[in-house]
Amino acid sequence: MAVIRDFGLQGMQMMLVLLLSPLFTGFVRKVKARLLRRQGPPLLQPYRDLARLMRKEVVLAESASWLLRVIPYIVFAGTWVAASLVPTFRSGLLFSWSADLIALIALLGSARFFLALAGLDVGTSFGGLGSSREVMIASLAEPAMLMIMFTLALIAGSTQLSTMAAYMVSGEVGLRVSLGLALLALIMVAIAENARIPIDNPATHLELTMVHEAMVLEYSGRHLALIDLASELKLLLYVSLIACLFLPWGIAGPDATVGEISAGVAVYVGKLAIGGILLAVFETSIAKMRVFRVPEFLGAALMLGLLATLLRFVSGSF
Amino acid sequence: MLLVYALCGVAALLALAPLAVALGRSTHGNSIVYGASLVLTLMLSVLALLELFGQGPPPTVTLPLGLPWIGAHFRIDSLSAFFLIVVNMGGAAASIFAIGYGRHEHAPERVLPFYPAYLAGMNLVVIANDAFTFLVSWEFMSLASWALVVAHHRVGENLRAGYVYLLMAGFGTLALLLGFGLLAGASGEYVFDAVRTSHPSSGVAALVLVLAIIGAGSKAGVVPLHAWLPLAHPAAPSHVSALMSGVMTKVAVYGFVRIAFDLLGEPAWWWSMPVLAVGGITAVMGVLYALMQHDLKRLLAYHTVENIGIIYIGLGLALAFKAHAMPFAAALALTAGLFHVFNHSVFKSLLFFGAGAVLNATGERDMEHLGGLIHRMPQTAFVFLVGCVAISALPPLNGFVSEWLTFQAILLSPQLPSWGLKFLVPAVGALLALSAALAAACFVKAFGVTFLGRARTAIAAKAQETDSNSLAAMYFLSALCFVAGILPGLFIDALAPVSNALLGVSMPRQTGLDWLTIVPIAESRSSYNALLVFVFVTISGSIAAFAIHRLASDKLRRGPAWDCGYPDPSPATQYTASSFAQPIRRVYGASVFRARETGEMPPPTSTAPARLTVELRDLIWDTAYAPIGSFVAYATERLNILQFLTIRRYLTLVFSALVLLLLVLATWQ
Repeated sequence: MAVIRDFGLQGMQMMLVLLLSPLFTGFVRKVKARLLRRQGPPLLQPYRDLARLMRKEVVLAESASWLLRVIPYIVFAGTWVAASLVPTFRSGLLFSWSADLIALIALLGSARFFLALAGLDVGTSFGGLGSSREVMIASLAEPAMLMIMFTLALIAGSTQLSTMAAYMVSGEVGLRVSLGLALLALIMVAIAENARIPIDNPATHLELTMVHEAMVLEYSGRHLALIDLASELKLLLYVSLIACLFLPWGIAGPDATVGEISAGVAVYVGKLAIGGILLAVFETSIAKMRVFRVPEFLGAALMLGLLATLLRFVSGSF
Repeated sequence: MLLVYALCGVAALLALAPLAVALGRSTHGNSIVYGASLVLTLMLSVLALLELFGQGPPPTVTLPLGLPWIGAHFRIDSLSAFFLIVVNMGGAAASIFAIGYGRHEHAPERVLPFYPAYLAGMNLVVIANDAFTFLVSWEFMSLASWALVVAHHRVGENLRAGYVYLLMAGFGTLALLLGFGLLAGASGEYVFDAVRTSHPSSGVAALVLVLAIIGAGSKAGVVPLHAWLPLAHPAAPSHVSALMSGVMTKVAVYGFVRIAFDLLGEPAWWWSMPVLAVGGITAVMGVLYALMQHDLKRLLAYHTVENIGIIYIGLGLALAFKAHAMPFAAALALTAGLFHVFNHSVFKSLLFFGAGAVLNATGERDMEHLGGLIHRMPQTAFVFLVGCVAISALPPLNGFVSEWLTFQAILLSPQLPSWGLKFLVPAVGALLALSAALAAACFVKAFGVTFLGRARTAIAAKAQETDSNSLAAMYFLSALCFVAGILPGLFIDALAPVSNALLGVSMPRQTGLDWLTIVPIAESRSSYNALLVFVFVTISGSIAAFAIHRLASDKLRRGPAWDCGYPDPSPATQYTASSFAQPIRRVYGASVFRARETGEMPPPTSTAPARLTVELRDLIWDTAYAPIGSFVAYATERLNILQFLTIRRYLTLVFSALVLLLLVLATWQ
């Protein structure tokens, strides 16, 4: 009985993130549009886009290989699994211990590895441009993310997300310098990883400014739908990760009742709304930067992460 | 008894070498020599496996060979057994590969005799139990591999590669010779059992450690002693490149582990610092160099340098924990390092085989002339992709597990009391993280430019899939990457005897845990279950594929590439290896390589092509190697006059040398 319940909760988490992620993207777009005093697309537009893309036929380039057709499924599945391992409304889910934070980062790394290969598969100049820039950004964002992970793991004494969230909520932490630095760095990495302004513009198709969109330029139909859904899931994942590590209040414990779990879901949706509004405000208030300014931005995140880790190594009280 | 059989196997490999001279040009020589090598290496792997899991004291044998008052001592303990497995499994895979690959060899008589001798040399290093046998085997291994490096001595820069390799190998052995001399002490104890019980003073031990880092490190390829490696490894035939990169560097790591963990006794607190610093710098420099290459085999060789760095980081952490009486953390770090030894030997051999298959099919090592091979060589492309994912430390394959364990070991290190380590370890952790991310970039480039896109030359467009023996070897290694990635617990448990022998403790047993998870310390702290993650990803991917194909659409149409509306039929408009690395070169290269790009645009009316020139400088070569080289050249120029003296002057020289030596002897007494 307990196993069935655990399976059910794990499945519920998977469906929740899958269903919420397009809504979250739609919400951010809507808030951004309202901030610019535009009407904006309806909240449910991302779902309609996905459904339309899935029904359309795929047009595949003549020089494309089998890899290009497999990659959307790999990227989508990897991101979906990663997103379902982050504690959202309840910690200690059935499979939460199958991958800790390091494995989660690496799983996203796998998805990105394949996506970058997709950019090179057809043999066009734009695909290569996107891939080469993407790996450059990743070569800084991933170490920064690992340094953030170091800091948090050293504070919580664990790399398990459930344990980390439980430790953060326990009140033993208090305000720490290293925690503040890690939060700042994590936000910077999250912006870069999700190709948001000021690193990349998710709404643009201007050739010379795009990174993510250039990589997936050759995709169409259901393949494009999966890639889009994967990036929506990734955005949701990062917001959930920040919420789980820095605002862990309201996450139901391992032996929570139905009421507590529903409260957990409600609190989670509330956190997402706050995160979405903050993201939209940030994006509307800043201009996109040139590609070769990105290393400075991410280098700063890396240094913040390193500084936070060093502080933790030097003294337990920072 | 096991050891006697193992020695018989090694002797048979040695005996195969003269036989191969006789068979060199015959039609079946290739299959006979590689087939026999395959059988012998398989036998040796089985013996090593039996020894690793066997109980009882390590077997020893003394043969009346070598120096009469020492003899030749051999011993297989668990450390030797583990490295024997690495050597012979790599040897077996290379032999299977070579049965097919060797058929394309133009001069088999230059490769066949040295191949079994080289395998025998590596085996002997690992089972030697006295300094003399160790050094002789070490040098034998170096010379045999040198002969293989210059097998194609008329091609390109191979002769120079062989020359640099010979110099560096001699230099490394010299450092080891001095190290063993110091260890032997005044009484001249060359047998390892005696060395182990004699405790050298801290000064001597420190000197030996530095000599071991230099001596073993120059063979393993740590920065800045790596300069020969990217020249020599690609120059050899591909199956030998695989052995040199995948296996011989591990024999060098064995030499270091044997000296630092076994012979030298208890480590001092600072021993780990040079090892960690060297490891961190090697990891990042290796991958940055690799990213700048467009020769596929040279890229792989530079990448070996990176992985050696990762292994040294694990070993350095183990030394640090051992010195500070944290045996369980030391066991974790050592297991991480040794697991990476195994993993790297598997995927690096696999990748070199893939590069060899491409070389055979197209005659090209330069990625700028390849492309689109996934259409022509689908199976090679698949196994090469497996190798790329594994070496980039991505789950669910094996490279990730050893890096994950290394990260877990780093997370235990704030408890280390010394301040030097408190600053060094986080920095090394950042370097490790950086190298992991750059490795992924490097292999997106290696796979993407070679196998994806459109063929850049006519020869790449007509490439044929490689032969079935080569494919069998590559499939075998891919399967190992997969098994070691999915079931890491088995491999961690197999390393427990090594850790027990060197540290007295080992990591907790992993195989009995639920769902085959690995839990290095405690479940609340960290755990990783590759099997579950893999199953999870596969199921969700399949569900998505099934649902979309059934419920939405499964229609597909082929058409010209979109490319934002401007597709260009010329394959030259694709991204190349150099252009792919351009953003990274711009971010890191300006400081590390003094990279400079100069663009030359013709005036508006001219039809001359525009040119972009990229200049990269190898600062390590320029600052460390070039001055020594020019000094030697200068000195030989000066000493050249000695060739043209009169007989009187020669006699005067001889006489004064004699007087000088006698004087030295007189004052020395």
